Amino acid sequence: MTRVETEMWVRVAALEEIPRLGARVVKSPLGDIAVFRNNQDEVFALRDKCPHKGGPLSQGIVFERKVTCPLHGWTTHLDSGQAVAPDEGCTATFPVKVEGGEVYLQLERP
Amino acid sequence: MRKMKLVMVGNGMAGVRTLEELLKLAPDLYDITVFGAEPHPNYNRILLSPVLSGEQTVNDIILNDLDWYRAHGIRLHLNKKVTRIDRVRRRVYAEDGTEAEYDRLLLATGSNPVILPVPGKELKGVITYRDIADTDAMIEAAAKFRHAVVIGGGLLGLEAANGLRVRGMEVTVVHLMPWLMERQLDETAGRLLQQSLEKRGLKFLLPKETECLVGGAVGRVKAVRFKPAPGSAPGEGTEIPADLVVMAVGIRPNTELAESAGLHCNRGIVVNDTMQTFDPRIYAVGECVRHRGVAYGLVAPLFEMGKVCANHLAHMGIGRYAGSVTSTKLKVTGIDLFSAGDFQGGNDSEEIVLKDASSGVYKKLVIRDNKLVGGVLYGDTVDGAWYFQLLKDGQSVADLRDHLMFGQTHLGNTGHAGQNKAAAMTDAMEVCGCNGVCKGTIVKAIKEKGLFTLDDVRKHTKASSSCGSCTGLVEQILASTVGGAYAPQSNTAKPLCGCTELTHEEVRKAIREEKLLSIPEVMEFLNWRTPNGCATCRPALNYYLVCAWPHEAKDDPQSRFINERAHANIQKDGTYSVIPRMYGGVTNPDQLRRIADVADKYRIPTVKVTGGQRIDLLGVKKEDLPRVWADLAMPSGYAYGKALRTVKTCVGSEWCRFGVQDSTNMGIELEKAFDRMWAPHKVKMAVSGCPRNCAESGIKDVGVIGVDSGWEIYVAGNGGIKTEVAQFLAKVKTREEVLEYCGAFIQIYREEARYLDRTVHWVNRVGLDYVKKRILDDHEGRKALYERLLYALQGEKDPWQERAAKGVARHEFESLSV
Repeated sequence: MTRVETEMWVRVAALEEIPRLGARVVKSPLGDIAVFRNNQDEVFALRDKCPHKGGPLSQGIVFERKVTCPLHGWTTHLDSGQAVAPDEGCTATFPVKVEGGEVYLQLERP
Repeated sequence: MRKMKLVMVGNGMAGVRTLEELLKLAPDLYDITVFGAEPHPNYNRILLSPVLSGEQTVNDIILNDLDWYRAHGIRLHLNKKVTRIDRVRRRVYAEDGTEAEYDRLLLATGSNPVILPVPGKELKGVITYRDIADTDAMIEAAAKFRHAVVIGGGLLGLEAANGLRVRGMEVTVVHLMPWLMERQLDETAGRLLQQSLEKRGLKFLLPKETECLVGGAVGRVKAVRFKPAPGSAPGEGTEIPADLVVMAVGIRPNTELAESAGLHCNRGIVVNDTMQTFDPRIYAVGECVRHRGVAYGLVAPLFEMGKVCANHLAHMGIGRYAGSVTSTKLKVTGIDLFSAGDFQGGNDSEEIVLKDASSGVYKKLVIRDNKLVGGVLYGDTVDGAWYFQLLKDGQSVADLRDHLMFGQTHLGNTGHAGQNKAAAMTDAMEVCGCNGVCKGTIVKAIKEKGLFTLDDVRKHTKASSSCGSCTGLVEQILASTVGGAYAPQSNTAKPLCGCTELTHEEVRKAIREEKLLSIPEVMEFLNWRTPNGCATCRPALNYYLVCAWPHEAKDDPQSRFINERAHANIQKDGTYSVIPRMYGGVTNPDQLRRIADVADKYRIPTVKVTGGQRIDLLGVKKEDLPRVWADLAMPSGYAYGKALRTVKTCVGSEWCRFGVQDSTNMGIELEKAFDRMWAPHKVKMAVSGCPRNCAESGIKDVGVIGVDSGWEIYVAGNGGIKTEVAQFLAKVKTREEVLEYCGAFIQIYREEARYLDRTVHWVNRVGLDYVKKRILDDHEGRKALYERLLYALQGEKDPWQERAAKGVARHEFESLSV
């Protein structure tokens, strides 16, 4: 079998559609994915579930490369999906990139 | 880039705490080398007493194990005493020839025990009490010998004596002064302490001065001889047998190394407020230091120093150490003793004293100029932390005076079954009802993880991190577990969050005086440590800006909690609840029909009547919110915000046969006047039409009660976490006055309370007298306050209709798809 080398990037939005220090929810076949944009216009994509009790991280307050969950205040690293110590837990991350002002997400690896 | 080299001499609690703080701030700035004269990694010296008495082992009290040093890439030289600093070549040399180069040097050499200059001090069996080696020597002696003499009846001496007694020795404590622990206790408490220690089998000789230590056959100490009492003939001195003599007469800052390097010392290495010695490359922290003429021997101040020092080592350049107020707690199991501040008092101070000799309780509080300046607690110390807080904050206790002695009896009254004494709780009992944390879990975390502050305990265990009502209990547990190391953080000087050193008040002042209009401006002007703050400071800053500069400051939705951003209340499953405003709790068939239709149309699972006389639609999907609002065609009830919530009313004179005032319409007027008002926290109001008070005005932020001759206004009540009865503010005649007085009160609260303070917290801090002065005595001021509130509210638009009809913030409610 030959391996398909192309990566499967799908466009989700223009960068401008995601507020700085904010997030948008992307409805996907894999469930809700939160796509964040920080003050440096870096984007991150996490499963929209806090490692604590499944709260919607997309609704949290974003700072640097972190988000604080709106339900009980756990903070999660946007780049790794890991909870900030001393809390323990993690949520799934998805590859995401910005090209030409458009945000692309990779839902499955080739 | 080559890393800077940091060398630390001294591997004790103060120094290592400084490194921990530094690693938090700047993990990669330095290449770190540590020299320790002892063979152990950093351990909790405070807990040597429980080790001596056998309640804990040496392993239990290790704070940083060798893995910790390894994990942080710290080069650790144990068992190596540094003997020389070459300040010109910037190198330190240890006894065995090991050397290290530094760019910054941190001295944390601690202190040495004082050895009495008496003949026989060099005999075998004569030791001090300072480190693990001393403790081991005592444990060993206790196994072999019978008679122990402890010279010194201070904190350390008594802990040593108790430990040796527990290990089976006959122990005599010799003390130069007329009562024990004279530096922490007054005579009454000192005597009570002596009595209870005597009951445990300790013997005391005091006042008594040691003349010499008498040696026996094998060069080991055999007896202690005392000087004759004043007035008796020479040669009449007595002698007692001793196989072990522990000298615990005090400590002296260890400045030998610093002095030999030519650093300025004066009974301690002299440092400035940034913990620098006279050589700016050399810092010093801990017991070896003398700061503003004071040397500290307790842990809490050392940690404060460490924090400041780390900040400067990390090149942040903010933070000054301004000295500490200290408190003492004796760590002898079963004896509760607490002392802080100026406990002796004097002619210019007053004392409140409670003495119950048969139950062994003695409490003395010293008050000067209406402030608590010191105190001694014996037998019942549960309120020690609270008194210490009052003392540190320098808060006026005039209002508390009549019940001050009885302590902080209300720690909150939900969630922990009415428990207010941590000591009386078993390990299995629940302390934090929100997060389900029991006492044992907290104690374990404090001991195993080496926690010293309330914030640490909150982070690790979550106890008291939600509603906060068990904070008092958690502080008690912390205080009793870490003893003298516990330092409650001063309320008045508490920084807004970890992103700044500044207090709420300082930040607000800058916003006002410098006319700062946006969060980035505030952060830049006030040198915020973090690029865009955190979830604690951003909502606070946003509120402070909007409050200080209405119609001018930029409201930043991304700095608001989701509820205020979405104008609905997020629920545990991520859906929202919607509560429309029903002014004064009055509705009509038309509104009810619309609510019913909306519930049907959007399949809203739960419709509930709230405690605030409104209707709650629960389980609304976020994307449905704008349409739900459009169909309801009712204003937002702000049930999600730090804002004016409901104005609860009773039926009043329009219908009720007892009513003397039209409370319903008064409530509607108030609610319409203050609608759409943001505040530091939620604001709840109520209006009752007669003193029967069916609207429960007594537990609201602002409660109004109609009486035959007018209206009574009550403020700062609270029906939540901790029930607080509202306090009487004023009686007025007209409806206009009700609006003006209530509005003025709310406006001072808006302008001066800290973000997330309810009215009761703020009034408790500033005192009701202050509020009365501003509202009742200053007529112009009251009117100006009311005007400012009305100006702030002018032209505020209903957020629901803005979003439903005009498409404001559409992105907030629409999801993307792939």
